[in-house]
Amino acid sequence: MNAPVSPPASIDLQAILQEAQIQDVLDQLDRELVGLAPVKRRIREIAAFLVVSRARQSLGLESAAPSLHMSFTGNPGTGKTTVAMRMAEILHRLGYVRKGHVVSVTRDDLVGQYIGHTAPKTKEVLKKAMGGVLFIDEAYYLYRPENERDYGQEAIEILLQVMENHRDDLVVILAGYKDRMGTFFQSNPGMSSRIAHHIDFPDYSADELLAIAEKMAGQMNYRFDEGSILAMREYVALRAAQPHFANARSIRNALDRARLRQANRLFEAAMTAQGAVAADDLTLIGAEDIRASRVFAQEPTDGPG
Amino acid sequence: MMTNTGNRLTQGQFSFLPPLTDEQISKQLSFALDKGWSIGIEYTDDPHPRNTYWEMFGNPMFDLKDPAGILMEINNCRRTFPHHYIRVTAFDATRGWETPRMSYIVNRPEKEPGFRLNRQEVDGRMIRYSVESYAATRPEGERYP
Repeated sequence: MNAPVSPPASIDLQAILQEAQIQDVLDQLDRELVGLAPVKRRIREIAAFLVVSRARQSLGLESAAPSLHMSFTGNPGTGKTTVAMRMAEILHRLGYVRKGHVVSVTRDDLVGQYIGHTAPKTKEVLKKAMGGVLFIDEAYYLYRPENERDYGQEAIEILLQVMENHRDDLVVILAGYKDRMGTFFQSNPGMSSRIAHHIDFPDYSADELLAIAEKMAGQMNYRFDEGSILAMREYVALRAAQPHFANARSIRNALDRARLRQANRLFEAAMTAQGAVAADDLTLIGAEDIRASRVFAQEPTDGPG
Repeated sequence: MMTNTGNRLTQGQFSFLPPLTDEQISKQLSFALDKGWSIGIEYTDDPHPRNTYWEMFGNPMFDLKDPAGILMEINNCRRTFPHHYIRVTAFDATRGWETPRMSYIVNRPEKEPGFRLNRQEVDGRMIRYSVESYAATRPEGERYP
C-alpha cells in the first residue's frame, strides 16, 4: 500500500481487485456454500465497498477506516462460522486486518466467575484476536437481563471500548439466533450502533439441504445411488419437522451416522460371506443405511436418530 | 570524566539508542511474535544491574498473533507507572533455549540520577567496589518523582 506522491486523477479498480485476489475468495464462497443467496449478495456488496473505499483512500478522498464490525444472525447450522472464516480472508486480502486469523469464542471465554475476573479474561481474548477477527458465537448470552449483577455487562463494556478505539486492529463479528440477537441489540444500543453490517442467514430449503448432503458426502469420498438419494430426501423432510433441527449440522450428523451403519453393514457382510469388497461398495451409502435412522421410526422420538 | 553523560540506564537491547517509538516497538514485537516467543511486560523502580527480577505487569502473553494487543498493554503499564522503568521481554520456550531472547526498556523516568560507586577499604590496601542507585536510597514508589 504505497501512497502515491501526488494523487492520481484515476485509479484502476481492476488492479486492486486482482492484487487482492478477492474474486477467488468470492468464487470459492459461491462454490463451497449452497444457497445463502442474500448472504452472498451482502458479502459481495461489502467486498465491493471495501475495494472502493481502498481506492478512495489512495486518492485521498477518505481518511477514516470504515467500521467493519458485523452481526450474523440465523438459525444453527446455517453457515455463520464458515462465512466468518471467509470474511476474515476477504478483510485480510484487502488489508483491513493484518493477520486474518479468526478467534472464535463464546460467553465462557469472555465472562469471569467472580469480581475482577472478567476484565483480564476479556482483554486476553481481545489481545489474541488483534490483527484478525473476533467471532463471538451466541453473543446474546453476554447479556443476562434477569441478573443485574451478571458480569456479562462488564465484558460488553470492554468489548465496546476496544471496538471503538482499536477499529483498525480487529473486527468483531457477533453471531446468534435472530430473535435473541434482536433483544440483545435492543438492550445494548451502544453495541447496535457500532455494528455496521447486519447479515441475516436464512434457513436452507429441502433441495439445498440435499445438495449439501451430496457435497459433504463427495468431500468424504462417499456417494449416493438413486435409492439412497430418495431416502435422504425423505429423511430431510422428516428431520426438519422435528425439534432441534440444525440445518447443515443435522445433515452432517446424519451422514456420519449413515457412514457408521454402512461400515457395520459391510463388516457383517464380510463376516458371513467371505469375499473382497469392491471400491464401489466402500463408497456407496445405501438406502438401507439412511432408512435405519430413528427419524423413520413411526413413534415420535424427541432426539435425532 | 563523566562515564555516562546521558545519565541513561543502559540495560538490555537498544539502550544506547534514542527511545524507541511505538512503531519501532511494534516492529520489534512482530519480530518476536513471528519467532513464536511469548512476550511479558515488567516494571521496576530499582534499576540496579543485579536486580534481574522485575515485577510482571499482568501475565505473560501467549498465543498472540499481532503486536497491537501488546502495545495496548505497554501503554496501560505506562499509564499506571509513568515514572518507572518498563521493559519488554520475549521468552523462547523452545527446548534447549528456554530463556528470554529479547529484552529492552520501553519506558524510563524523566530524570535518571544514575549510580554511586562505593569504595570500601578492606584488609591491607584491598578495595571492594559496589554500585548503588541514587534513586534507590528513597523508599519504593517515591524514587522517581
